[in-house]
Amino acid sequence: MTADPPPAVEVTGLSHRFRDQVAVDDLDLTVSPGECFGLLGPNGAGKTTTLRVLNTLYPPQSGSVRVFGLDVHTDAMSVRRLLGYVPQQLSIEGALSGRENVSWFARLYDVPRRERAARVAEVLEIVDLTDAADRLASSYSGGMVRRLELAQALVNRPALLVLDEPTVGLDPVARDSVWARVQEMQERYGMTVLLTTHYMEEADILCDRVALMHLGRLRAVGTPNELKAELGPDASLEDVFRHHTGESLEGQAKGGLRDVRGTRRTAQRMG
Amino acid sequence: MSVAPAAPPSAWVDSRPRAVLRLFSRIGTFCLIELQKLRHDRTELITRAIQPVLWLVIFGQTFSRIRAIPTGDVPYLDYLAPGIIAQSALFVAIFYGIQIIWERDAGILTKLLVTPSPRSALVAGKAFAAGVRTISQAIVVLIVAALLGVSLTWNPLKLLAVLAVVVLGAAFFSCLSMTIAGLVLRRDRLMGIGQAITMPLFFASNALYPVDIMPGWLRALSHANPLTYEVSALRGLLIGQPTNYLLDFTVLIVAAIAGICAAAALMGRLAR
Repeated sequence: MTADPPPAVEVTGLSHRFRDQVAVDDLDLTVSPGECFGLLGPNGAGKTTTLRVLNTLYPPQSGSVRVFGLDVHTDAMSVRRLLGYVPQQLSIEGALSGRENVSWFARLYDVPRRERAARVAEVLEIVDLTDAADRLASSYSGGMVRRLELAQALVNRPALLVLDEPTVGLDPVARDSVWARVQEMQERYGMTVLLTTHYMEEADILCDRVALMHLGRLRAVGTPNELKAELGPDASLEDVFRHHTGESLEGQAKGGLRDVRGTRRTAQRMG
Repeated sequence: MSVAPAAPPSAWVDSRPRAVLRLFSRIGTFCLIELQKLRHDRTELITRAIQPVLWLVIFGQTFSRIRAIPTGDVPYLDYLAPGIIAQSALFVAIFYGIQIIWERDAGILTKLLVTPSPRSALVAGKAFAAGVRTISQAIVVLIVAALLGVSLTWNPLKLLAVLAVVVLGAAFFSCLSMTIAGLVLRRDRLMGIGQAITMPLFFASNALYPVDIMPGWLRALSHANPLTYEVSALRGLLIGQPTNYLLDFTVLIVAAIAGICAAAALMGRLAR
């Protein structure tokens, strides 16, 4: 035990298998408080499994995961109170209004009754859904659904926001908008953000540090600039990705990459 | 970006009273959500009411004339009405597990499971939310039965007890459904199993006829069926037939708790 504040996330020797398939293989990872950390890798790299152990959904099979010093297995309830989580799938209750969707999670996170309405209104405003808040969520577009999910994840003022592929399947404009919200939230609340993505541009724009996973193992970790510099002066994060995975990114992202490129300029303007 | 984390991390120590409070808070939350969904889509209330009304109007009226079922001094329609309330609640609850599979497929369940809620509290919340949904059914059947001339009690305390019985029954059968959902993990299979067990649950009970006229094996089955105790309690409360309330309520409460435990134990399978 030291007097230093514990890391936001500390993964030690984590392995996870599904039947005979190894999803995560002896993973070590540390995320510092306040940083935006990106977990990169192709599909099947083990990113989502890692997040699902971290958010207490899967019990760890071997190794340990600590969130702000709390063990995700033995202190699961305490860890859950510190987390906001947005899964990969667009997942809201279409039979409820946007506001009811957020209010539902405010209750499930025990936001005190006195603060609840104000807190719900506040997060809806952050994600720019105030005008649509009382419409049924089934009428929302994909980008609006994702922003509503961010609002749900923020309503308990999490210390660590966990985003699993936050922009997959979104059009460029919606993607920009999600990026802008994540950055704004981070500035506003100083929270730690851990996200997974296979869009290299997204990682480059949003993340302070990134880790590259491939086939369940950690291949590289550092700031985007450090990783690029290792390969040469003109290397992009895509080159880093290709170097460490030996795979073509186009084959993985199936054209998604071009979309991201197209939005890069706007995203940087906003940042 | 080098700001301190928003919430100071500390272990959340859960005292027993707090855990109980949270259980009730979760149940309240899920009931509220159910009411909000019903408010947005009222057509279901109407479509769901059609079948029980047809049972009363067609089956009930016809069998009243035939006098085939020995119900003593009680007119058959009076005897049938509490059974139909229980039946309509059963039909709603037995397919409630579909919702949890839908929430699983839609990714909502994942988000619910990582909120600071024990799995038993989530299941209990959903079980009582199913109860909220069946209350509306019970009210419709009560009104239709009154219109058909069934002499029901209008004692408000007894009517409240009727709602409690309906909610407990729905809690058990929805947990049975969620348990099956946790085993089969697929909507179509749950539909099949739900339909396969609804009829035996319904006919191997005292909902349509007294247990005394059944052959021995069926009588044994109906004594193991919580629906029988639900119907007995409803008949006692609504039309004053003698029953052992202590036994009825004990069976319903124990069944609901056992159902919640079984479904909660299988939630982990749904998380995968």
